[in-house]
Amino acid sequence: MHDMTACQRGHTLNRQELAADERREKRQILGLSLPAAAIILVLLVIPVGWLFALSFVSNGEIGLANYTRMVEYSAYLSIFSTTILVSLFVTVLCIVLGYPVAYLLGQLPPRLATIGLAFVIVPFWTSILVRTYAWLVILQRQGIVNDALIGIGLIDEPLRLAHNLTGTIIGMTHVMLPFLVLPLYATVRNIDGDLMRAANNMGASPARAFRDVFLPLSMPGLIAGSLLVFILCLGFYVTPQILGGGRVIMVSMKIQQNVQTYFDWGAGSALGVVLLLIVFAIFYLVHRLAGLDRIFAR
Amino acid sequence: MHLPIKLTACAVLALTTAATAQEVTVASWGGSYQAAQSEAMFKPTAKELGITVKEATLSGLADIRLQVRSGAVEWDVVDLGATDCAIGAREGLFEKLDYSVIDAKGIDDKMVNDHWIGVIYYSTVPAWNTKTVKAGPQSWADFWNVKDFPGDRSLRNRPQVMLEMALLADGVAPKDLYPLDVDRAFAKIEELKPNIATWWESGAQSVQLAKDGEVDMIAAWDGRLAAAIADKAAIDFTYNEGLLNADCLAVPKGAPNKELAMKAIAKFVSPEQQAMLTQHISYGPVNVRAFETGLIPEEAQSKINTFPANLEKQIVVDAEWWGENGNRMRERWDSMIQR
Repeated sequence: MHDMTACQRGHTLNRQELAADERREKRQILGLSLPAAAIILVLLVIPVGWLFALSFVSNGEIGLANYTRMVEYSAYLSIFSTTILVSLFVTVLCIVLGYPVAYLLGQLPPRLATIGLAFVIVPFWTSILVRTYAWLVILQRQGIVNDALIGIGLIDEPLRLAHNLTGTIIGMTHVMLPFLVLPLYATVRNIDGDLMRAANNMGASPARAFRDVFLPLSMPGLIAGSLLVFILCLGFYVTPQILGGGRVIMVSMKIQQNVQTYFDWGAGSALGVVLLLIVFAIFYLVHRLAGLDRIFAR
Repeated sequence: MHLPIKLTACAVLALTTAATAQEVTVASWGGSYQAAQSEAMFKPTAKELGITVKEATLSGLADIRLQVRSGAVEWDVVDLGATDCAIGAREGLFEKLDYSVIDAKGIDDKMVNDHWIGVIYYSTVPAWNTKTVKAGPQSWADFWNVKDFPGDRSLRNRPQVMLEMALLADGVAPKDLYPLDVDRAFAKIEELKPNIATWWESGAQSVQLAKDGEVDMIAAWDGRLAAAIADKAAIDFTYNEGLLNADCLAVPKGAPNKELAMKAIAKFVSPEQQAMLTQHISYGPVNVRAFETGLIPEEAQSKINTFPANLEKQIVVDAEWWGENGNRMRERWDSMIQR
């Protein structure tokens, strides 16, 4: 009897101590995350909120003028459609080019995979500006590609590869590729090879095993990567500015023009808000179709 | 231990205050033009006034608008196209110039304004790559004639001067140019749009496009083209129907070293420095007294865009028309490009 109560008392004491421990830990974690939260608040939430407020100010008056302008002028429609189409196209190209790379890296022994991965990451270390100008040199009318193609007699007239949509898409795809390969590789690496072997044992052809087993399992990585690429593309500035020859106008360039040329922060902010809403809409859509928590939980 | 550090700190402090008091920052267009200005104007002025002339580069009126309206003015003197000066003056972006310090004698009245003063004449001319084009366009009508002069074109991504060019190509006589028939000009630009490979943004870029054969024909600035040709670039151009415009100097409102800026401008427009500039780049001096200094050799004179034989082929741009209509034109231009 005496022993029991001592034991029980010990239990309660233990529970109390544990609860106190837990509370302390929670406080510590909260304290640790406070600086990060403060930084996000000061550097992100407040400025974005400020820009959101500015987007309703036009010529010193409060109203929707900055938004109605986007509907009234056809230039805005074409800028938004260019932005979305270019982003979509680049995303698709990244999937087509990046999936085989990630697949291959996933099959390689770890040491070789690390070397392969280094090749994917190295371009990250070079300035985007340098890479874009390099593409200009490669793609221009008397650049390496055209000289080589003419040299081997494949074409007579140089192809128009730079200063237009083609150049923009090539340059952007190059810049964006690692953003697709890396998350995809992380997913592919964790797919159990036995599953494919099991499928083969059950009589599935390699193509069938890939389609029904590997592809669905790699989906979260593929969706995460594609989403990352598409959203980064929407706000892209440097590459279309340099490789587009003034003929490919994306939303970011119009924002820059509004702020820099016309000193119209309201108009620029409104474009930013619409871009942000498009991003939210895409997130929502992907969430409904695939479940964001599932994609990013991995 | 502490004393030397304190001493150096003091010395550094003294040095920096001395430097800021005797410093003027000039922003211009970079490339061969600014290199020439640096040799002929900025360095001699620094020496003569015993000050430091710091250099910066700009890309147009928008930079000044941004600095003035956000109250963070970094530049004391800016070099702009006269059309932009006329626009900026209307927007109240500039300080009034002090003509008790600046001697405007020898400069055309049209180039001497309350808020800005001309500094050089430049001309926007038809140019071509001599490797890809055998017979270059001799007029803007030729430039627009894609049948007889096939090839890719490039125009500047601004309405200024491009509208004048389009009207001349469409057969408007130079004397009837102003006020510009805007609708007609835009229609003519739209006509050439499919053949415009690139809309150029900076002077350096325009020369690069012509030199590399990236485009076959380009409307660009004579001084930069001449500098590239002197550098053995395969480019040629003509003064026929060149559109003569001035670059101007102005002091952004709220410039940190306003008074010193006036003194520097006085030097920049003086006959001597105006004459010296022509030895580095073939832009025309706004101060005609430059020709009296004896600093411009006879054989060099014929290469200058304001030399009589060259001048008579060209048309002078009306800066005031642009001052009045510039911003409206820019918006229309942008929506034309972006459509």
